[in-house]
Amino acid sequence: MRQKVLVLYLANSALDAPTVAWAVYDGTGETRPMAGDNDEAPYRTGVDALKDGWRLIQAAQILPHSRGDEFDLAYLKYEFFFEKLVETTP
Amino acid sequence: MSALPLLNSLDMARFVARGFLRFDAVVPDEINAQFLAEAGEAPEPGAKMRQTYGRLLAGSGIPEVPPGVPLSAAYAQGSAIDRLLNLPRVAGAIQSLVGPDPVFDHHFLHVTFPPAYYEAGGGENVSQHTHQDSTIDPQAGFDLQIMYYPHQVTRPMGGTRFIPGTHLRKVSEIALGRYQNIAGQQHMVCEAGTLLFLHNGVWHGGGVNHADRTRTMFKIRMNPSQPQVRRWDMKTLPEAPAERPIFFVKSHLPETVESILMTPEPWFEQDTGRLEFLNRVKLWRHLSGDPTFDADYWATRLENPARA
Repeated sequence: MRQKVLVLYLANSALDAPTVAWAVYDGTGETRPMAGDNDEAPYRTGVDALKDGWRLIQAAQILPHSRGDEFDLAYLKYEFFFEKLVETTP
Repeated sequence: MSALPLLNSLDMARFVARGFLRFDAVVPDEINAQFLAEAGEAPEPGAKMRQTYGRLLAGSGIPEVPPGVPLSAAYAQGSAIDRLLNLPRVAGAIQSLVGPDPVFDHHFLHVTFPPAYYEAGGGENVSQHTHQDSTIDPQAGFDLQIMYYPHQVTRPMGGTRFIPGTHLRKVSEIALGRYQNIAGQQHMVCEAGTLLFLHNGVWHGGGVNHADRTRTMFKIRMNPSQPQVRRWDMKTLPEAPAERPIFFVKSHLPETVESILMTPEPWFEQDTGRLEFLNRVKLWRHLSGDPTFDADYWATRLENPARA
C-alpha cells in the first residue's frame, strides 16, 4: 500500500471554491510530479477531488489576523491535503 | 531630466501590479554572441553535476564581483554585460525602477543541463522548487533582478517559471517550495536577447530542461542607491488620479494606472486579492511620492479620519 498526496489551494475556505494552486506527490513512484509541470489544475474545486475518490486528510485553519499585520500577506491561505491509498505489488 | 528613454506611467503600473516587465529580443545578436563566448562552453557530459557546474564557472570569462560596488564599475568596458547595461532602452528602464547609480548586489550564470548530463553523471533532472530570492524582505522599496536570455528558449528547454503578482508577499525564500503549480504561472519561452526585469519578491524557479542542449540565463541583482521616488517619465503621470465607478459599472473603462493596479491575477484568493490591491496602492504611493494616492477607494475607505 502506498500513498498519493494531492494538495489543493482554493480561493476561499470552502471546499467547493475554485482551485488557485496545486501539487501532487506520488508515493508509488510511478510518476514524478514537479514544480511547473502542469499549467492546468487537476480539479476545478476541492469537491471535484472528493468526487474522484481523494480523501480529505487536512484543511487549513481560518485564523484571526493579528493587529498591525492585517495587510501583510505571505503563504497561500486555503490549503487542503488529500490522499489516495494505492495497492502496490511487493 | 534624463536623456534616456524612461518607462511611462502605465509600464510602471504594470511593474507595480505584476512585479515584472519583459523586453523581447531587446539585446542585439552581436552582444548575445559575445556574451555566450565570454560565458564559456559547458563541459561535456560525464562528471557529477556539481563538478560539471564548478568547471563551467571556473572556465567562464564572466568576472567575480564583490557586492556593494557601483554597477557601473562591475563589468569591464566593452564586455557583453557592460554593453547590454548601456543599451538606452535597458539603461532607461533600470533608471526608472531603481534610480541612478544602482549598486551591484550579485550575479549568477544559471545553466540548466539536458538529460544527457544526468544520464552520464547521475542526479535527478528536475525543476527547481518555486522560491522568492534572498530573505524575508519587509522594505517598502525593492531591488531589481534582470534575467538575460542570450539564446532562444523553447518550451522543452524549460525556461524560468514565474508567477506574476506574487512580489508583495512576505515569505521566507523556499518555504513555499510545496506549491508546484500556481494558476497564471508563466514560463520564459523567448527569442535570443530577451530580458525579464523582476521585482526581487517575484516567486520563480528554473524549469526542467528536456531538450538536447544546455539553457543559459544570466541574472544580475542591483540595489537602489537613492530613494526610488519619481524616477520614471513623470510627463506621463496624470496630475489627478483617474477616479472611476466601482462595483456597479456599466461599460468598459479605459486603461489607466488605477485600472492596471486593480487587475487581479488568476491565483488571487477572493479575500486576500483585495489586500493585494491595497499593497499595490502602498507601493505606488511610495514610488510616486504621493501619500494620498488611491485606486478604487480601497485605502481611502480605511483611512477616513471620521472613523478614527
